[in-house]
Amino acid sequence: MSAKTLYDKLWDRHVVHCDDDGTCLLYIDRHLVHEVTSPQAFEGLRLAGRQLWRSDANIAVPDHNVPTTDRREGISDPLSRIQVETLDANCTDYGITEFAMNDIRQGIVHIIGPEQGVTLPGMTIVCGDSHTSTHGALGCLAFGIGTSEVEHVLATQCIIQKKARNMLVSVDGQVGHGITSKDITLAIIGKIGTAGGTGYVVEYGGDAIRTLSVEGRMTVCNMSIEAGARAGLIAVDAKTIDYVKGRPYAPRGDLWDKAKTFWQTLQSDPDAHYDRVVHLDAASIRPQVSWGTSPEMVVAVDGCVPDPAMEPDHVKREGMQAALTYMGLVANTPITEIYPETIFIGSCTNARIEDLRAAAAVVKGHKLAANIKRALVVPGSGLVKQQAESEGLDKVFKQAGFEWREPGCSMCLGMNEDRLSPQERCASTSNRNFEGRQGQGGRTHLVSPAMAAAAAIVGHFVDVRTLEV
Amino acid sequence: MQAFCKLNGLVAPLDRSNIDTDAIIPKQFLKSIKRTGFGPNLFDEWRYLDHGEIGMDCSKRPLNPAFVLNQPRYQGAQILLTRENFGCGSSREHAPWALLDFGFRVVIAPSFADIFANNCFKNGILPVVLPAEDVARLFAEVAATPGYRLHVDLEKQQVTTPGGEVFRFAVDAFSKKCLLQGLDDISLTLEHVDEIKAFEARRKLEEPWLFGSSRR
Ligand code: SF4
Repeated sequence: MSAKTLYDKLWDRHVVHCDDDGTCLLYIDRHLVHEVTSPQAFEGLRLAGRQLWRSDANIAVPDHNVPTTDRREGISDPLSRIQVETLDANCTDYGITEFAMNDIRQGIVHIIGPEQGVTLPGMTIVCGDSHTSTHGALGCLAFGIGTSEVEHVLATQCIIQKKARNMLVSVDGQVGHGITSKDITLAIIGKIGTAGGTGYVVEYGGDAIRTLSVEGRMTVCNMSIEAGARAGLIAVDAKTIDYVKGRPYAPRGDLWDKAKTFWQTLQSDPDAHYDRVVHLDAASIRPQVSWGTSPEMVVAVDGCVPDPAMEPDHVKREGMQAALTYMGLVANTPITEIYPETIFIGSCTNARIEDLRAAAAVVKGHKLAANIKRALVVPGSGLVKQQAESEGLDKVFKQAGFEWREPGCSMCLGMNEDRLSPQERCASTSNRNFEGRQGQGGRTHLVSPAMAAAAAIVGHFVDVRTLEV
Repeated sequence: MQAFCKLNGLVAPLDRSNIDTDAIIPKQFLKSIKRTGFGPNLFDEWRYLDHGEIGMDCSKRPLNPAFVLNQPRYQGAQILLTRENFGCGSSREHAPWALLDFGFRVVIAPSFADIFANNCFKNGILPVVLPAEDVARLFAEVAATPGYRLHVDLEKQQVTTPGGEVFRFAVDAFSKKCLLQGLDDISLTLEHVDEIKAFEARRKLEEPWLFGSSRR
């Protein structure tokens, strides 16, 4: 039998049926559901008089719309409230487990999956959300789907798909001190571009990836979609198994032993073929800051805003010019001379406990710089929040002048109250710097939690490695 | 789903690459729990000069005269011509719902984001991938020719210009069949019910921890 990549193995194990043209029915082990992309799917199911295929494969949580301030009064925005109530009602009607808004386990869908052990190695996982790629960090095949496909999964436990191609992104060697998984992922996107992964499932390998914690690997896989890939994944190792062990939905006893034995086989064969291979030299990666309105518009913190005049391709040049206008930036400005007024530490990219620890380590003993008007820390889940509080991180943030919020997507996309005003400039640990993403006219700079924290106390972007922490 | 066979339609050019689904339909409109009614808010932040919120009467809002879809010559366009990586970003199916509701049935670009293209096929919109050079030529022709129309034929997999030039495009057989016949893919999948059940039974033996019993 020929050598297989991890993607090949996961794919092959889940094919129920395949047509001559390669269109396959792929079995889905886990379906994660949130309030924004599911109501029309449940409605479709009802209108067609269809049953839910398998309730125990589904787990639901409201995250996009929930308020991050005091929740005792419920949701004040009537539309958000209806959406969350619709999810609650659908879960009740169909017998789906839901971590409702006031459950301590509530949080961003891609944070709580791994946290609860709902995400397990070897699974196929889908969710009506593009950042489902996050879960691939645990050695499973996970991708975002649209609402029609959500309905299809509810009704059949399968999706219809053709196999993607294999791509390996190898981050060779080790990153320098103070370089985080967010810098790695931004550097990858800066190199291959936002369409660089289109048509591929990307496996991340190389020593720098192996050295990352499982949480750090989630940050890398999370942004696979920003590189255009259908999914991102990382082979199982001892860290993966340790991470999963003892989580509420993980197997126990004999089943654990059996599962562990199987999971340990979830790596690519040594001579497996990839259709595309990209190498990055880890040692050359510096802290990254995005300057434009696409995640590929990113430079190292010691660089400058690029000059469109130097870009030969006219479509790209006009895109850069439009981005500079939108961002209110002038070509050739040093990144360290950009002054955000808002700091957002949160999102499914960077709101796990390690992220909060990294930011708190920088903030500790400092105050927000005078030009910072607002700084939010939004933990990824109720349990992350609880853990952070038990470590005193909330006090560190609050003493510096940050607001300490309830878990949810929050200012990553601003479907709740947390959004930027026009022209407000934000250092954000989220994954998208699109126009209007964090609020109409808002200006987003993507950075790691440590870099966001450094900008918060210094007042402009700065290489966090030069601060004494 | 509405079937798609062929179309002779007016072309609107949106000359920008990497147009994301946040731009196609901004997040505030995602609070709707319906599939329809998104057309007036398609490209909302580019199309209007004020800030749009769900429930506003869009006919009374100030239009941005510089935005291409507001120009008189492109009124009634059914084909959107654009640049690479169209539809990147969020998986929101509200993006194709908005395009469809506005009246677009075809989008032509050098490349599309994966989930977006998939979502188009599920909603009766045909995403046509043409080489970047051909797309660039079409942009030039549209700009030079008021009332420029293209003929798109899914059966033959070709786009024909008014001058009779023909561009072939690829489309996978399954998506083509569904689109041509307006098929509901859930019914097609349910024809395989026995296979799915047999597969599931095998999976229960091989990876039993993935099934209900291991839940806490
Ligand atoms: S945190 Fe942001 S990117 Fe992640 S699921 Fe929520 S809205 Fe999407």
